[in-house]
Amino acid sequence: MSDLTRRTAADLADALAGGETSSVELTVAHLERIDAVDGDVHAFLHVDREGALAQARASDERRAAGNPVGRLDGVPVAVKDVLATKGLPTTCGSRILEGWVPPYDATVVTRLREAGLPILGKTNMDEFAMGSSTEHSAYGPTHNPWDLDRIPGGSGGGSAAAVAAFEAPLAVGTDTGGSIRQPGAVTGTVGVKPTYGGVSRYGLVALANSLDQAGPVTRTILDSALLHEVIGGHDPLDSTSIDQPLPSLVDAARAGASGDMKGVRVGVVKELTGEGYQPGVQARFDESVQLLVDAGAEVVEVSCPHFVHALAAYYLILPSEASSNLAKFDAMRYGLRVVPEGVDNPNAEEVMRATRDAGFGDEVKRRIILGTYALSSGYYDAYYGQAQKVRTLISRDFAAAFESADVLVSPTAPTTAFKLGEKLDDPVAMYLNDIATIPANLAGVPGLSLPSGLADEDGLPTGFQILAPAMADDRLYRVGATLEAALLDRWGTPLVPPELVEGVDRAPDLASADKETVR
Amino acid sequence: MPDITREEVAHLADLARIDLSDAELDHLAPQLAVILDSIKSISEVAADDIPPTSHALPLTNVFREDVRRPGLTAQEALSGAPQVEEQRFAVPRILGEEA
Repeated sequence: MSDLTRRTAADLADALAGGETSSVELTVAHLERIDAVDGDVHAFLHVDREGALAQARASDERRAAGNPVGRLDGVPVAVKDVLATKGLPTTCGSRILEGWVPPYDATVVTRLREAGLPILGKTNMDEFAMGSSTEHSAYGPTHNPWDLDRIPGGSGGGSAAAVAAFEAPLAVGTDTGGSIRQPGAVTGTVGVKPTYGGVSRYGLVALANSLDQAGPVTRTILDSALLHEVIGGHDPLDSTSIDQPLPSLVDAARAGASGDMKGVRVGVVKELTGEGYQPGVQARFDESVQLLVDAGAEVVEVSCPHFVHALAAYYLILPSEASSNLAKFDAMRYGLRVVPEGVDNPNAEEVMRATRDAGFGDEVKRRIILGTYALSSGYYDAYYGQAQKVRTLISRDFAAAFESADVLVSPTAPTTAFKLGEKLDDPVAMYLNDIATIPANLAGVPGLSLPSGLADEDGLPTGFQILAPAMADDRLYRVGATLEAALLDRWGTPLVPPELVEGVDRAPDLASADKETVR
Repeated sequence: MPDITREEVAHLADLARIDLSDAELDHLAPQLAVILDSIKSISEVAADDIPPTSHALPLTNVFREDVRRPGLTAQEALSGAPQVEEQRFAVPRILGEEA
């Protein structure tokens, strides 16, 4: 039965349609896999065994009655803990929301439920999605299935690791500066940040409203396209939601898999390659570009001169928005309330201060203070105002580049997964992980990361990023599917983490061998 | 642009309603100075005539029909409250002792 967990979501959907398996069987298989490996991986903050099985039984009944609600009806999914789930804890990886059970579902979650996907549980993340390693989770880090001593990326390390470790065939992540794509790169999985406004943010606990976007986390391009079509599209509950139909993403993935790139212009972004990129990451990137050329694509070099300022602009805009968003955690209506010690009959403000000190971790405090600084009078024009202007320049760079190329490409992350703890107390080093992913968020354009192989120097996965113009998410899937097919043809089999390849039987060994791992 | 001092960090934390301990101030203040240093180049990038972007895609205000629709019940809205009294959020006193 453990074989079921190795199959793609598309394949599982076919198996369900063909009566080869049931949703209950699939859900049980994934819950057993979680039981076997999640003690080591720690991808999940909460597993909803009973809820998932009830949803699976309902799915099987629908199918038996001849009324499945969609292709993925019955295929289980994991959800990042930043999306509100009615009746299921939602912590955002923070102590301040420990034990909070939302009274409503995020639109993404509503759509998953309506499409019949049993929700296995909620995945780990950096607190309020601030981080690139999942080490800023208040509930302990997630471990990379490729090497349990290493980071799974962040902030959505839980979703990526769950999919990489075969604990879930599908997961949902969110991406504010790379939090879907960078974990995808370092765990050898696929992740897509849709066009800003392409997937509803209703019920997504905001980090930075103008940058946040939810999207699919999977092991294949086609699976991402299937999930993207489920969660995407206009939502009247989100005023920034795009009121236009999604392009057909599944069709684009299928067209791409046929391998014909004739007439497609691929732009290599000069500023996002070379210096600062690990040799093995660069080597796998260059090979992938060559595979696209072999498939008939025309490759051009494009320059986006303002991308070098993207990181600085991002670390002003994000903290500014975050400091304002997180003001709602005031200990009054929900979440933690801490009464300060040694104060008789404390007032609301004293309770608020004590609660926010106890409830927020270091990185959240750093960014709230930075945002408060950037927005304060006297500094506003020099920092926040300038950052917004740089945002304009970056959008213009994209517009110019898309005149000579249909998609842009780069390595997703400059390095492979680093060791847990290595950059934890060095914020600036941590921020550099998102250097290649941030420009897309600032400009609102869609981006995808897919595995491009293993770096020679450390044998760890590397990621290939594809960027497209706003609303042209279908191009990501077309080009991604072509590259995925070409790489698979070369490798013979998909990339599978060696530590977990033997599955449940190996789990006890894993547990004893890795006791020393940082928790 | 000036460096950020320990006193400034304490002031900002106060504005943001976070009670930082002395140990936290010792730890965070130098880190914030390093972060600010790494992003200060931004002030020289854009010319005066470049318009700012707040949202990547053009936005227009969105309205819906002015009709009643279901919302949370009082019980649901209060379900996560730290303290509830008479179907309301119970909060600490908001005025000073002498008020």
